[in-house]
Amino acid sequence: MNDVIIRRITKAYGEVTALRDISLTVSPGELFGLIGPDGAGKTTLFRILTTLILPDSGQATVCGLDTATDLKQIRRRVGYMPGRFSLYQDLSVEENLRFFATVFDTTVEDNYDLIRDIYVHIEPFRHRRAGKLSGGMKQKLALCCALVHRPDVLFLDEPTTGVDPVSRIEFWEMLGRLRRQGITILVSTPYMDEAARCDRIALMYAGQCLTVDTPQAICRSFGKPLYKVCSDRMYALLGDLRAYDGTLSCYAFGDSHHLTLREDRSGDTEALATYLGGKGHTGLRLTPIEAGIEDCFMAQGKEER
Amino acid sequence: MKQFLSFIRKEFCHIFRDVRTMAILLLMPVVLVVLFGYAISTEVRQSPVAVWDQRRDDASARMINRLAASEYFDLRRMIGSTEEADGLFRRGEIRLALIIPPAHVASGMQILSDATDPNEATLLIRYAMATLGPGEANSPAEVSLLYNPQMKGAYNFVPGVMGMILMLICAMMTSVGIVKEKEMGTMEVLLVSPLKPAYIILAKVAPYLLLSMVNIVTIVLLSRFLLDVPVRGSLFGLMALSTVYALVALCLGLLISTLVDTQQAAMLTSGVALMLPVVLLSGMMFPVENMPWPLRLLSEIVPAKWYIAGVKDIMIKGLGFGAIAREMGILALMVAGLAGISVKRFNLRLS
Amino acid sequence: MNVIETDCLSKQFGNFTAVDRISFTVARGEIFGFLGANGAGKTTAMRMLCGLSVPSSGRAVVAGCDIYREQERIKRHIGYMSQKFSLYNDLTVRENIRLFGGIYGLRGRQLADKAEELLRLLGLESERHTLVRSLPLGWKQKLAFSVAVIHEPEIVFLDEPTGGVDPATRRRFWELIYEAAARGITVFVTTHYMDEAEYCNRVSIMVDGRIEALDKPSALKSAFGAADMNEVFLAVTRGKGSE
Repeated sequence: MNDVIIRRITKAYGEVTALRDISLTVSPGELFGLIGPDGAGKTTLFRILTTLILPDSGQATVCGLDTATDLKQIRRRVGYMPGRFSLYQDLSVEENLRFFATVFDTTVEDNYDLIRDIYVHIEPFRHRRAGKLSGGMKQKLALCCALVHRPDVLFLDEPTTGVDPVSRIEFWEMLGRLRRQGITILVSTPYMDEAARCDRIALMYAGQCLTVDTPQAICRSFGKPLYKVCSDRMYALLGDLRAYDGTLSCYAFGDSHHLTLREDRSGDTEALATYLGGKGHTGLRLTPIEAGIEDCFMAQGKEER
Repeated sequence: MKQFLSFIRKEFCHIFRDVRTMAILLLMPVVLVVLFGYAISTEVRQSPVAVWDQRRDDASARMINRLAASEYFDLRRMIGSTEEADGLFRRGEIRLALIIPPAHVASGMQILSDATDPNEATLLIRYAMATLGPGEANSPAEVSLLYNPQMKGAYNFVPGVMGMILMLICAMMTSVGIVKEKEMGTMEVLLVSPLKPAYIILAKVAPYLLLSMVNIVTIVLLSRFLLDVPVRGSLFGLMALSTVYALVALCLGLLISTLVDTQQAAMLTSGVALMLPVVLLSGMMFPVENMPWPLRLLSEIVPAKWYIAGVKDIMIKGLGFGAIAREMGILALMVAGLAGISVKRFNLRLS
Repeated sequence: MNVIETDCLSKQFGNFTAVDRISFTVARGEIFGFLGANGAGKTTAMRMLCGLSVPSSGRAVVAGCDIYREQERIKRHIGYMSQKFSLYNDLTVRENIRLFGGIYGLRGRQLADKAEELLRLLGLESERHTLVRSLPLGWKQKLAFSVAVIHEPEIVFLDEPTGGVDPATRRRFWELIYEAAARGITVFVTTHYMDEAEYCNRVSIMVDGRIEALDKPSALKSAFGAADMNEVFLAVTRGKGSE
């Protein structure tokens, strides 16, 4: 039995199709990631699953309950953290938490064990107004508020957007611990590097689901040899690699460039090294590497325009 | 119930922690009452007057004394001809001239008035006639001003200000408060909770209802002790009528919040769509009877018109609860209708 | 030659020190990454350098202008783009270009030529009369950047310019940054993507108002024994950090 089942959901706003025939399932206790840039349809999908909007066609169930008809029961059993941390800015940390607890007809004390891990980070500031917290602390408070009624399924819409890398890592560590407590978590993010933290992910783009699988399986399905290339002049190297006739794709990846070669030329790194040497590149390093989620996403050829 | 109470507590936190909101809520009634009571008064004070007394007996002396003693008039000088009065009018030195004919002449007194401002002129003439007093020989008609013998403007504007404040606080604050939750995204979280939408609405509305009652009491006290406007009729009736009117305003605010998505839009809509009718069509400033029929018709659906009429009946005319049954009924009908529409529009879902 | 020089620059709000004696220099044509946790003081520091906020103490010269006395002159020599505000959504592409060109002092023929050139470079010629609101996010970002450098400023400040777009579009944006730097425009950029930190010539990491690390990405990585900038960032901020 799956906790979330999405069958062929389509939703349009006027002429813009936000979701196009999406089907997904999420098993109990799974940490499932919806990975994609803005406009992929992540928020729309969350709103359908949390009974806030109705799809144009298709059907979705959460905990076996239909999102179109059983909204009252679903609303008791899910936790939802919309984008932009929906907190009352003029209430203190503690007041926010207590308010959301009573809204769900429970108390902070009843479920303190569940949120303790997270709450200790913000407890020193419990009298501070939520509006005066840093991004990382707001994020933690919003998570506490979404958890305080011990939901079966947790929906987190871009909880790490605009938050610094340290807070992001801490946040994912918390999600890992929650998952071990048996809570099913659906989380969306535009940061591809966070995908590896999920049990399974769906790569989404412009309302479509490109792939659904474990991050490892998606990376393995990359299917082509991938090389990491460095030299002493990185920017010039990018141009030269793109100009090379054997190049299939080449993207900057931090301190190196990731390169795939055309099928007839793959493996022929000697020729490439010679070509780059001829272009005057020194300190050249060319190493085969495993593909990451970002490589896989870009290999789908999905980009604007 | 606990859910509901904590929700209301939260609403009060929002109100008390925002200095601007607090200022609007608590200072607005005071400022308006003082402003209308003193600065923007439709009353006339110390208007310059000249008198040509051709009679020169005890009766005319009494009249002149009364005029001179009145706070409405300032007796500038005694004159000896109509030409002299003309000159004073032209130079703007007087607003009114009183000509008392000789005792043997059958014709009555003559009152000349500068009618460049017709409202003021009418007012002055009425004041003059009231001041000179009924029963005076040769007075053209017996004038008796019921309920407001001193013709105090406050008797008219205090009910008007009450209608304005209630509409402003209930409608504007409610709509802004709800739309703010939409903007901040907290409404999404509230909707995805077992909280009943009716609770959300009631909890958002209750604090403003309470605050507007506080405001009504403030205004009544201020007008009683600062402006000497009494509550002659049933105090209970006044509070009951105010409550029903406040409910109309709250429903209007609720309706607006379902129509717009930003706080500015909510503010603007409630400002223009609700305040303007109160000022223009409620009879508070301009008499509705003299307007063309489409506006008269429109004024029938302005809640403030009924409220202000009812408040005047109670406060000024000193009538009891029974006299405002019609106003109560109409306002109650409006509450029922508006509440129905807004609760229906206040969706369980986002779109 | 340095286009930014700061010496013990500080900013206090009441008894809270948002920026605590930061000293650094940025050379012409450099891409300078300005990193830090949320609330570390990046935005405050950037506002001071842009001439939008007066420092509490310390000294700084931006594009040859003193940040105490010549705030208005600074604004003529810099460009600014942030994720939150950059373009008017209810104006067309061309109107936005002409508006900002005009604001930055371009006139007549020069402005018209520049607008055409930009439309051509960005491949937006067919979209010139499209409202900016209906452009995809990535195009908006590119347009916002081009508009921020329309007057060939000495420095352009970019505040988290690439949020929310797909990885390929994000990389295209960085190519624009490289081109601008190659033309001699100094780029001062904040980001939460640690791979983007690698694209910078030098990177500073702020913690609690102070600059705790500043060097080339490669030097930082070897100094901290880290495999990538993410690890460097964690080491620096976790070592010192408290929120």
